[in-house]
Amino acid sequence: MSRGQSWTQALADGGVRAAVPSVITADAALDGDAARLIAVVPDPRSPYHRAREGEVGLREGLALAEAVTEVVTEDTPLAREARRPIVAVVDLPSQAYGRVEELLGLHDALAAAVDAYARARTAGHPVITFVVGTALSGGLLAHGLQANQIVALDDPGVVIHAMHKEAAARVTLRTVAELDELARRIPPLSYDVADWAKLGLCDELLRVQNAGSPTGEDVRKAKDALAAAVGRARRGPRDLGNRLTSPGASQTRGASRRVREALTAQWR
Amino acid sequence: MTSAPTPPTGWAAMLARASFIELDARARATALLDAGTARELCGPFDRIESPWLEPQGVVPASDDGVVVVKGELGGRPAVVIGIEQAFQGGGIGEVSGVKIATALSLAARDSRDGTPTVAVLLLETGGVRLQEANLGLATVAEVCSALLELRALQPVIGVIAGALGCFGGMSIAAGLCTRLIMTAESRLGLDGPEVIESEAGVAEFDASDHTLIWAVDGGTQRTRTGLADTLVLDDVAAIRSAVLEATAGGVPAEHRSRRIGELRARLEAVDPGDPPEPAALAAVWARKPPPGDVR
Repeated sequence: MSRGQSWTQALADGGVRAAVPSVITADAALDGDAARLIAVVPDPRSPYHRAREGEVGLREGLALAEAVTEVVTEDTPLAREARRPIVAVVDLPSQAYGRVEELLGLHDALAAAVDAYARARTAGHPVITFVVGTALSGGLLAHGLQANQIVALDDPGVVIHAMHKEAAARVTLRTVAELDELARRIPPLSYDVADWAKLGLCDELLRVQNAGSPTGEDVRKAKDALAAAVGRARRGPRDLGNRLTSPGASQTRGASRRVREALTAQWR
Repeated sequence: MTSAPTPPTGWAAMLARASFIELDARARATALLDAGTARELCGPFDRIESPWLEPQGVVPASDDGVVVVKGELGGRPAVVIGIEQAFQGGGIGEVSGVKIATALSLAARDSRDGTPTVAVLLLETGGVRLQEANLGLATVAEVCSALLELRALQPVIGVIAGALGCFGGMSIAAGLCTRLIMTAESRLGLDGPEVIESEAGVAEFDASDHTLIWAVDGGTQRTRTGLADTLVLDDVAAIRSAVLEATAGGVPAEHRSRRIGELRARLEAVDPGDPPEPAALAAVWARKPPPGDVR
């Protein structure tokens, strides 16, 4: 069972549903809130042969957009502060790299998912990303990076990055050893979740006993962390501004803040 | 949706044109705005460079490869944001990404405050700049968020002129644009041909097969299949007039990335194990009329 599946199942109060075999949803009680969990999981029998290992492909982009939109539509009559939290449980190798994906417009399917998550966030749904495994590239853009809050497990199996190591080395004309050496000095290049957590994107790094197959105590701990994230999301901004004002960002994103100040001052 | 599937290709038009593709990002941005109104913000003399490149032995650029130019389009306040393909393959890093996101947010702020401001994105990019990896990825998400914020208020027009095309995470931003304008020379896709070939093998995608690349990713195909809106000749005047027309269209009732029912119908119309030839896709999709968004 993939990490995404086991965490979704462990956190769920009630059954786990499959919108399509590769996108599962469930509900979880988080401190009085009924949060909707959404995860992309492997489907070895997917007709899309490049999206069988949990990649975010065409079918997954569409199913994510539908699952998020369903919650937004159902909660539209509710007051903003009563709208349900949405938790993206993230464990995905990447987007799907394939010919039929490009032919039919994978960018368009992922744009639908990004749009849906951002729409939920601006409508007042606390959108929480919970990274339990790998979270790479376009897959993470579609399922994870539009969240108000990002919580990640502090575990060697958690890898958050723009591209997997071998490909990133190839594209930047380096060896993997050179990339590893640079990553020790340059935090955004690192594949280590502790370095990623310093970039200002991480709202909590959570240590558990068994990241692959959570114990009862792990689940309690994760639910507490997610409930706390929901509270922070409700109190915080509905855009992604907190990523530039977080304690981590004050250390690492000085250039971002300089750009924002200069551009704002010159804008008229 | 597909307003001009065939651009003028007569020899007289070809001879008279002034190529947009041959311009750099700064000249492109300036050429689109009303004459005499362009003013660059956060330009090279502000010297806000990427802090991450020099430690890796990569020479940074004083504008980090993104040009933000404010001015007027058809007499209306506008900001044109151009990505310079000659710098790091148009890759989005921390500084360049935040320039784009901030410019879009400021346009949204002005639009809320009574000065409606449209935005034009010139998208020539390979996506996230891998030398800045996780911060590049994060800023692309911030660009998408700011784009959506502005798109609800005023048009955000994407232009993919070529030669590089628009790939990687920024192709998602292209998919979020109010309207998308392409030339026949340009390309749009999530994963570029080389990346697919190296990840999945040459049988999946032969990156040396240029006919295949343009058949799948090219502006003509993307416009025919409704993934882009307007196909234009590589000509400054033609592209400017397409941008003016697109901004005049205002904010649509439903954006492309919200038409989930249409997306579902399109995916259901194709057997992924036996997909049509690229040239046949438009006809396959046309037979399946959009059912209207059920949500």
